[in-house]
Amino acid sequence: MPKHETPLLDQLESGPWPSFVSEIKRQSEARHQKQNEVEYQIPVDVCDDVLGVLEMSYNDGTCHWKHGGIVGVFGYGGGVIGRYCDQPDKFPGVAHFHTVRVNQPAGKYYTTEYLRQLCDLWDFRGSGLTNMHGSTGDIVLLGTRTEQLEEIFGVLTHEMNQDLGGSGSNLRTPACCLGESRCEFACYDTQELCYQLTMEYQDELHRPAFPYKFKFKFDGCPNGCVASIARSDMSFIGTWRDEIRIDQEAVAAYIGGELKPNAGAHADGEWGPFDIQKEVIDLCPSQCMSLEDGKLVIDNKECVRCMHCINTMPRALRIGNDRGLSILVGAKAPILDGAQMSSLLVPFIKVEPPYDEIKEVIENVWDWWMEEGKNRERLGETIKRLSFQKLLEVTGIKPMPQHVQEPRHNPYIFWKEEEVPGGWQRDIKEFRKLHQR
Amino acid sequence: MAVVEFKGKKFEVDEDGFLQRFEDWCPEWVEYVKESEGIKEITEDHQKVIDFLQDYYKKNGIAPMVRILSKVTGYKLKQIYELFPSGPGKGACKMAGLPKPTGCV
Repeated sequence: MPKHETPLLDQLESGPWPSFVSEIKRQSEARHQKQNEVEYQIPVDVCDDVLGVLEMSYNDGTCHWKHGGIVGVFGYGGGVIGRYCDQPDKFPGVAHFHTVRVNQPAGKYYTTEYLRQLCDLWDFRGSGLTNMHGSTGDIVLLGTRTEQLEEIFGVLTHEMNQDLGGSGSNLRTPACCLGESRCEFACYDTQELCYQLTMEYQDELHRPAFPYKFKFKFDGCPNGCVASIARSDMSFIGTWRDEIRIDQEAVAAYIGGELKPNAGAHADGEWGPFDIQKEVIDLCPSQCMSLEDGKLVIDNKECVRCMHCINTMPRALRIGNDRGLSILVGAKAPILDGAQMSSLLVPFIKVEPPYDEIKEVIENVWDWWMEEGKNRERLGETIKRLSFQKLLEVTGIKPMPQHVQEPRHNPYIFWKEEEVPGGWQRDIKEFRKLHQR
Repeated sequence: MAVVEFKGKKFEVDEDGFLQRFEDWCPEWVEYVKESEGIKEITEDHQKVIDFLQDYYKKNGIAPMVRILSKVTGYKLKQIYELFPSGPGKGACKMAGLPKPTGCV
C-alpha cells in the first residue's frame, strides 16, 4: 500500500519509455522490504515522500522546495546542494533532501564493482535515488540529510578513493567525450587531459575563489559530443593541421555501395544509393573537394575541418596526423546578458603532457577574470564588457583573422595613445591659430 | 523557524543554522555556532574576518566577494579555510550573522 495516492504520476507509468515513476516506486518497495536488514540512516519512506511531494506539485503546478540551502563538508566550499521541503510535516521523509555531487571518471566508464560500492553507500546513507549523470558530468546522489554528509564524504574518500564534484563560484567538474577510448575521430586523449586538469585544479574546484562558476569541457573533435562549445567557459576542441588521410579504395567502396555512408546512420530512411557528389562534395562548406578520375581530392589548405566528409565516409577519410586542439572561451546560458557560445581564442595548440602551454592559457585567463570579473559575471560577460582585445592582451595572444567571423562594421574604433603620433594632449590655442572661432 | 537558546540569548535560525535577522547577532552567537563549524577557539584572526564581513555588510548590504575578503583581511583563501573549515560562505558569513548565501551554489 503506497503511502500517498499519486493518480497523476501513475499515468506516467504507461508508454514505452523507461518510467521514472515506476523506478522510484520499485526503490520504495525495496527499502520497505529490506528495512529489517539495513539500518537506513535516513527515513525508510523517503521515496514515498518524494512521490508524494511531486504529486502535490503536479496538482498545484508549483514547486515545494524552499529557497536555497547551504550545507557541505568541512574543508570544501561546495559539492553539496542543500534542499529542504516546504511541506516538511506532510512529507517528513524529504524534510532534508540534499544532493551530493560526486566527481565522475572521465568518459563515464565504470566497473560494476565500483557502482555496487557506491550504491551500497547510498542505500545506507541516502535515498537510493540518483541522477546518472548531472549535465555537468557529476554522479548525482539525490536526497539525504545534513547529518549524513560528512559520513558519506568519509566513505567516499577513505574507502572508495573518490572525491566530490564542484558547485558554487568555482571550477565545476570537468567533463569530456569518450575520446580515444572508442572513437577514431579523437584528435587528442580527452579523458587524460580532462583527468589531469581536474587533478591540477582541485583547489579551484573545491574552494570557491572565482567571481562566478567556471567550466571546462573537452571535445576530441569538432563534432562536439560533450557540447563544450555551448556548455563550458573554456572549451577544448580537438583538431589537426595537416592533411585528411584518404583511402581511395575505401572511397570507391562507398561509391560502389559496399560501404554504407555515415556508418549506416540513415539506414532506416529511403535516401537512395549513396551519391558522393551530392552528399559530400557539394555539401563541403568550403567547397574544397572534387572527384578526379574516380579519386577524391581535397584541397586541405581550404578545409575548415568541419568533419562532414569524415563523418560521412569514416572508413575512407581520417583525421590528419599533426593533431592538437583549439581553445574557445565564454560560453554561457542566457542569464544575465544573453546566451553565448564560446569564441575562438587559440586556433591550435599541441596536447602534450604535462600540458604546460594549455595551463598557461587557463591561468592567464583566470588571473584576469578573477581580478576584473564582477560579482556573478561569467567569463563570457567579462569579455563582452572589457572586450575581446583585452582578453588577447592578458593571454599574450596576437590578434589574427581567425579570431573573428567578420570584421566590425561600426567605426567606433579605440586607439591606444602610443599608437597615434602626437598623443592625446592637445592645446586648443594651437588649434585656434589655424581655425578661428 | 527554529529558535535556539544559548547563554540566555534566543536566536531565530533557518534549517542551515543561519541567523534570520542580522540585528540579532551578538558575541554569544559566535560562541554558539563555532562548534558546528568545526572551530575550537575563536582567535583574533577569526574575529578580524568576522568584523570585516560585518562592516562590509553594514556598508554595502551584501557580503563581499571572496577576492575582496582576501585582499582586505590579508588572508589567502587557504588560510580562511584553516580558520573556517566550511569556508567563507557557510562558515564565516554564518558566524558573522550575515544572510545565507544564495544563487547557484
